[in-house]
Amino acid sequence: MKKFKNIPGQTISDFITYAIVVIAFLIIQPMKSAGLLSNSFSGLLIPICTYIVMAVSLNLTVGILGELSLGHAGFMSVGAFSGIIAVISLDGVVTSNILRLVIAMVIGGIMAGITGFLIGIPVLRLRGDYLAIVTLAFGEIIKNIINCLYIGIDESGLHFSMESAAALDMVNGKVIINGPIGAVGVPKISTFVVGFVLIMVTLIVVLNFKRSRTGRAVMALRDNRIAAESVGISVTKYKLIAFITSAVLAGMAGTLYAMNYTTLAAKKFDFNTSILVLVFVVLGGMGNIRGSIIATAILYLLPELILREFSDYRMLIYAIILIAVMLFTNSIKVKQFAEGVKSKLQSVFKREKNKNKGGATE
Amino acid sequence: MTFLSYLISGISLGSVYAIIALGYTMVYGIAKMLNFAHGDVIMVGAYVSFVTTVNLGLHPIVSVVAAMLVCTILGIVIEKLAYRPLRNATSLAVLITAIGVSYFLQNTALLIWGSATKSYQSLITFEAIKLFDGQLVIRSEAIVTIVACIIIMTALTLFTSFSKMGKAMRAVSEDKGAALLMGINVNTTISVTFAIGSALAAVAGILLCSSYPALMPTTGSMPGIRAFTAAVFGGIGSIPGAMIGGILLGIIQIFSTAYISDQLADAIVFGILIIVLLVKPTGLLGKPIREKV
Amino acid sequence: MKFKKIASVAIAALMSVMTFASCNGGEDTAGTIQIGVSGPFTGGAAIYGTAVKNGAEIAVEEINEKGGLQFSIRCEDDEHDAEKSVNAYNILKDWGMDILVGPTTTGPSIAVSSEANADNIFMLTPSGSSTDILGGFPNESGVVEIARKNNVFQMCFTDPNQGTASAEYIKENNIGTKIAVIYNSSDAYSTGIYTKFIAKADELGLDVVSETSFPSDDTTDFNVQLTEAKNAGADLIFLPIYYTPASLIMKQADSAGYEFKYFGVDGMDGILTLEGFDTSLAEGVMLLTPFVADADDADTRSFVEKYKAKTGGEIPNQFAADAYDAVYAVYEACVKAGITHEMSSSEMCEKLTAVFTDPTFVFSGLTGTDVTWSSTGEVSKPPKAMIIKDGAYSAM
Repeated sequence: MKKFKNIPGQTISDFITYAIVVIAFLIIQPMKSAGLLSNSFSGLLIPICTYIVMAVSLNLTVGILGELSLGHAGFMSVGAFSGIIAVISLDGVVTSNILRLVIAMVIGGIMAGITGFLIGIPVLRLRGDYLAIVTLAFGEIIKNIINCLYIGIDESGLHFSMESAAALDMVNGKVIINGPIGAVGVPKISTFVVGFVLIMVTLIVVLNFKRSRTGRAVMALRDNRIAAESVGISVTKYKLIAFITSAVLAGMAGTLYAMNYTTLAAKKFDFNTSILVLVFVVLGGMGNIRGSIIATAILYLLPELILREFSDYRMLIYAIILIAVMLFTNSIKVKQFAEGVKSKLQSVFKREKNKNKGGATE
Repeated sequence: MTFLSYLISGISLGSVYAIIALGYTMVYGIAKMLNFAHGDVIMVGAYVSFVTTVNLGLHPIVSVVAAMLVCTILGIVIEKLAYRPLRNATSLAVLITAIGVSYFLQNTALLIWGSATKSYQSLITFEAIKLFDGQLVIRSEAIVTIVACIIIMTALTLFTSFSKMGKAMRAVSEDKGAALLMGINVNTTISVTFAIGSALAAVAGILLCSSYPALMPTTGSMPGIRAFTAAVFGGIGSIPGAMIGGILLGIIQIFSTAYISDQLADAIVFGILIIVLLVKPTGLLGKPIREKV
Repeated sequence: MKFKKIASVAIAALMSVMTFASCNGGEDTAGTIQIGVSGPFTGGAAIYGTAVKNGAEIAVEEINEKGGLQFSIRCEDDEHDAEKSVNAYNILKDWGMDILVGPTTTGPSIAVSSEANADNIFMLTPSGSSTDILGGFPNESGVVEIARKNNVFQMCFTDPNQGTASAEYIKENNIGTKIAVIYNSSDAYSTGIYTKFIAKADELGLDVVSETSFPSDDTTDFNVQLTEAKNAGADLIFLPIYYTPASLIMKQADSAGYEFKYFGVDGMDGILTLEGFDTSLAEGVMLLTPFVADADDADTRSFVEKYKAKTGGEIPNQFAADAYDAVYAVYEACVKAGITHEMSSSEMCEKLTAVFTDPTFVFSGLTGTDVTWSSTGEVSKPPKAMIIKDGAYSAM
């Protein structure tokens, strides 16, 4: 047992985070294959995986980098639609669905990363609420552009247009993205196993990032930018690294999400989706990766499964719970009360311990 | 002539944004929080006005007063119950609570008034002004909105500059701790700010729905976000900034729809916003952020 | 740490509850055929989902009063979102749904129809109008991208159908010489009708002088679109949009002093029942719609009466009527196929599909008489052309 004492607390904490995900997977997966899960629960698995990856990656921007982003759904959108293009283009070329999905995810991630790079350069020059509003603006721009985008494929390759599907001018071609209608006829190839693997990859990336030299530099920037700059940390470089990493992961999550539904429209990735993910992050705790995972799972299941019983009052109750949780976890009074209880318990516990000790020496 | 008529449409749309943005900016300047529920207070104001005029058949002025009264109380209650306990929490925690309040208001409105759209009846009854043989029409709603916007902005500026409460607000916005030491009641000041912001929201709701008479539980959310953008555009916290930001946003939106692309209008509006913020990182009239070392 | 521990225990408990949550649903479903309905009951599109829910519930009540086959119904919220609609569908499946009457809107219907097709559950969407829901239709370059989903049918017109029918009607009756179109470029329904309308108008030689769009459902200012139409000299505006933006367009045209004739599609229905709307603005508006609430046949009157009683005075729109008809169509098909509640959903699906594609199955309801379905899943019922006169619909 002594050996474990030498391991730093952070490692143990990280280990617990991995363990939670792995154990959850090991419980759910066999039950799923044995058909013990309800349709509704197993239907929620892939969206939950997606949102967990979204929340963890947003936590990288909001919690670790310390910049409020209100346009995270934009990266998800880029990843989702480039993933769809990749999957449909590879139809017939790559026969294995899993392989096709993985390739699409990589492409989705790269495209989202490039978008993150392009957006990051101007955005990261700003600070605070101004930065937040610009990310919101970029999210809306991405949504608006994809809404007007027509992409098709035929034997001669990909066709693009901003006008209409007819303007694609294809011979025997498939329309992949049809403007506001979005993509229809997307192959449903996402699986829970891939979702689990993606969460693990995200965790490995983010948790190790946090503890790497780069991660420490990023956190130093968050805590005191001027001090960090004065010891020679490049603001732009490190901020961009964190921002792009976050975008890449969101893009991959987007691809996973897209391949779970036969249809996808750009409208889905609006301001509300960005906010939804932000709610997961804040409720889970800023910079707390495990918190993001747990908060996402609970908060996603809440309106979709549990509150369904309340029919008309469902979203109202969700709103009340959201406010109540925020008040409960952030209010000073509640905190003081909790501290008081804790210290009282501790003193009682200590007294007990001392008594026992005293008994032993006698 | 078409250009002039577009310009007037833009100013009219922009004035609505400006009034909403004034509420945002007031609250932000003093309480340092993004009140995302502001757009939904607008919606409540419009519904109250609708109920009092259409269902109860009361005089328009009574309905304006009723809407302002309900929204003021609503604003104070929201502040007291949802935001005050979080006074010392992180700004993000308050932001998420505001989003919760926004969901709450929307869904309560859905339960009370139903999902069916209501067609708001404009409280402004005089005729449109026609110039150049009817080639240029200035809608009566546009005139009232623009005039109201100017009056509100002037009044707010005078209020914050000269009245005792206004000075207290500026002091709280500058330094909460120091204001407290100077004997200013911070809680009351913030409550008053919310009361004023919410009363403005009621006026904004009435003017918004007079010009664009489709009223449903989600009516306030998109104009709310637009107005928030406008407030940032003009420099958040600055009262004249909110007005300029709002009006410019309206004009840009109309002009980009008319002259560039109607499908990409949203992208263009937000694109211009980004460019402005890159040149002036704290908005048009925002104070430069001073860095303390 | 304490909080976290409690949280993790709570999740574990939650998960175990949820995994077995499928066992509940002990409402009175025994001895009934279970009808699932989904649509947006919250959010911006709530009005359509609520109408469908009410319409379907009225139909089920009536059918159960008759004795004979008994239905039970459960409605789930999909927030007009493909993801949530699949969640709602799964909830309904856990409840034991036999037949799906839904979803209400196009995007969710496309997502859910593939699920229903894979699960072999019969699906009749009351108001999802895109051909992508049915599958089997060729795209612009003649390729069928989505295979026909054999057990999926529609109760309302398809988008292309409405676009071409509108162009033909305008041409035949010579309603407008210079036509302007204003459509919602972020909406599948609107863009779908618009594209087909333009194609048909070109073919028929109609003079379309102005084509403008607006970029989101939340757009409120239409002065630019109206001014462009005015400057192009248009006399008729074709509005393939829902009635909420249409009411804004009419209001703004009126206050700017423009006078146009308007031609709408089924989404326009509801404009007269908009609470507080000045119906004189809609005077002379023409629309193609399958249902009008103030038709004076006995069935419509009784339906409107019941709908008002149920909702506290609201007047049903075509969504409600389509849902009402959809439940009745399912009922009649069940009777014809001899379906009983003991059958599995997949067995019912086979039988219902056979009945619906059978040309001798003819249905008459609120939205049309002698309605039939083809094997493509499309409904065939004649659209009624209506004109608004003195604040009420009258046939043209």
